[in-house]
Amino acid sequence: MRLNKIILSFVSALVILFSTSVVSFAKVVGDKIILGAAISLTGKYSSNGVHTQNGYNMAVDRINSMGGVKVGGKTYKFDIIYYDDESNPKRAAQLAERLISQDGVEFMLGPYSSGLTKAIAPVTEKYGVPMVEANGASRSLFTKGYKYLFAVLAPANLYLDVAIETAVELNGGKPVRIAQAFEQDAFSQDVRLGILDAAERTGSKIIIDDKLPKELNDMAATLVKVKQMKPDVLVVSGHTKGALTAIRQIAEMKVDVPMLAMTHCDAAKLSKQHGKNSQYALCASQWHKSLTYKDDFFKDGMTYAADFEKEFGYDPPYQSAESSAALLVFKDAFERANSFDQKKVRDALAATNMQTFYGNIKFAPGGQNVDKPMVLFQVMCDASGKCENKVVAPLKWASAKLIHPIPKWSER
Amino acid sequence: MDFLVFQYPMITVQACLDGILLGVLFALIAYGMALQWGVMNIINIAQGDLVILGGYIAYFMYLYGIHPAWGVIVAPVIMYFVGIAIYKLVINKVVDRDLFISILATFGISILFMQLMNFAFGADVVLANSGYGTTMLFDSNVVLPNSKIFSAFISILFAACLVIYMKKSKLGRAIRATAQNARAAKILGVDTEKVYAATFGINAALCGVAGALISITFTIHPYMGLPYTIRSFMIVIVAGLGNLPGVAMSGMGLGVFEEFADYILGTEFRIGSVFLLLVLILVYRRFKLSRKREYLK
Repeated sequence: MRLNKIILSFVSALVILFSTSVVSFAKVVGDKIILGAAISLTGKYSSNGVHTQNGYNMAVDRINSMGGVKVGGKTYKFDIIYYDDESNPKRAAQLAERLISQDGVEFMLGPYSSGLTKAIAPVTEKYGVPMVEANGASRSLFTKGYKYLFAVLAPANLYLDVAIETAVELNGGKPVRIAQAFEQDAFSQDVRLGILDAAERTGSKIIIDDKLPKELNDMAATLVKVKQMKPDVLVVSGHTKGALTAIRQIAEMKVDVPMLAMTHCDAAKLSKQHGKNSQYALCASQWHKSLTYKDDFFKDGMTYAADFEKEFGYDPPYQSAESSAALLVFKDAFERANSFDQKKVRDALAATNMQTFYGNIKFAPGGQNVDKPMVLFQVMCDASGKCENKVVAPLKWASAKLIHPIPKWSER
Repeated sequence: MDFLVFQYPMITVQACLDGILLGVLFALIAYGMALQWGVMNIINIAQGDLVILGGYIAYFMYLYGIHPAWGVIVAPVIMYFVGIAIYKLVINKVVDRDLFISILATFGISILFMQLMNFAFGADVVLANSGYGTTMLFDSNVVLPNSKIFSAFISILFAACLVIYMKKSKLGRAIRATAQNARAAKILGVDTEKVYAATFGINAALCGVAGALISITFTIHPYMGLPYTIRSFMIVIVAGLGNLPGVAMSGMGLGVFEEFADYILGTEFRIGSVFLLLVLILVYRRFKLSRKREYLK
């Protein structure tokens, strides 16, 4: 009798355990599609982590309020489980494991930065969890043969090669002399590889090739060399600190260079922090609000920017826009797959071919988006000192003409 | 390897001047460290983080429309009290324990400060613009940002004031007496507890000045403190404790060394070369600096 009681209670305990875990193991609960994301809400990437999260949230609200996702004749709404990866790759990989094996998430959104995406990708790949990421542009992510990784953004090696080509074009098709300084991280080094390719294509020569340290706050040495050797183009990529340091020291040291091309001007709020000193800098961007791509949810870039500002109180950087686009891609793939089977969703993602407010999206076999060119904008200031980023390339979207060469400091 | 520095003689001049201006600023931070190390035998790993905090004070003044140069007055005042608070909360509990405990404690403070600053001010790299312009020398082949000259000048000014203060004032004499022999000082009526707190406060204030200067010459970021700690540690190791001319010389030497390492080896080895130099000097000096610890509470 007593034994029976023990067995009974043991069995019922097991039943309770399983029933609760079954609930938490479902990727689609009721009418909710649950996505998982590890994002840097604290630590050194926290500002861009928050931009990413805001982009995701904005798209979730918009898609849900406009009818949600229709799969198998039923309407579902998006929901996201967030964890804070503390800007730490190891933690990000642990959290991906946890999202998949404990929370039962079957579809993932990417973290912020190439480094953290690199840490998470092997985990999602192992479990066959489709991940659409919007903030990992490093080329090495797309050469590993990952089958479940899709990036809505253009790979890092395409960031600045347009600048070199433009410089050659403006030089009458003749090769140019390039000075470059890149931080030693996966992303910046990929940008560098892109420049090397472009230099080879155009026969241009790289005369200064400096590497910048992680704790960069002084690049006077590079700039002194630039001053002495007078290159035609100076390329700098070292995240926000690279952009800020370069502009400060170029202005202070009065370095004259006909073209200055950089990354991360958006995130650095270059024109806000440096005002007129940042004028004429050429910046690579994944997106700009003045681009005329369209979709049904956010209409176009200008409307997106206005709605985003209303909700979060600041102008959206491209990190937010691309994060929002990731949700649009997921919605489209679910509807085309008409299923929640991971394999089918993965195949639907691979076949994506759509336009969003952020740009066209079509994935190469490696997972990178090959249908969206980078844009270059130039910081332009008016007489009152108010500065704005204006798109200058590609010509299709150019809202202003590229000012080249940059006027000398003595003439400004 | 890059030998541009030898091909263009003006680069050599530029590197030397840049190095000296930078070195003076390092020396100011190092002087604070030397003072604290000499008086209390505490190696403050959080030194660099105090510097960055000082930088944020100047940056916030700049954000609110006050010229960031005023930061060199405001930051030390605030930082003095921050220093006293750290002393009362943490350091006075470990000051009589062995060196290892105090290193751990300040290491903990360093991590805490980094995270708090990241939490409070965000992870963005920021800077304050002084609008000071540029000085051109040698037919504009050598350029010196006036902000660097300003920061070197202010560093020297503060160091000089401190030297005079240590020589002439009552507290300064008490600090020096405690550094020489804490027990004897206490017997003669010096309130050593107060001296320790003041020393910690003065060190934090110096860090505040340096931080304000760094925010107008370079950039600041919550995680950028460690290189400043390492540099000042290195300068103190070379110069020895309580040797201000030594600290100044070794600070400038380090500045010039860094600049040349930057030109010859590449910017990526700049901080690395400082670490390497530190190891070499430590091996050379074989920890001769370790002093007998004497504490009284």
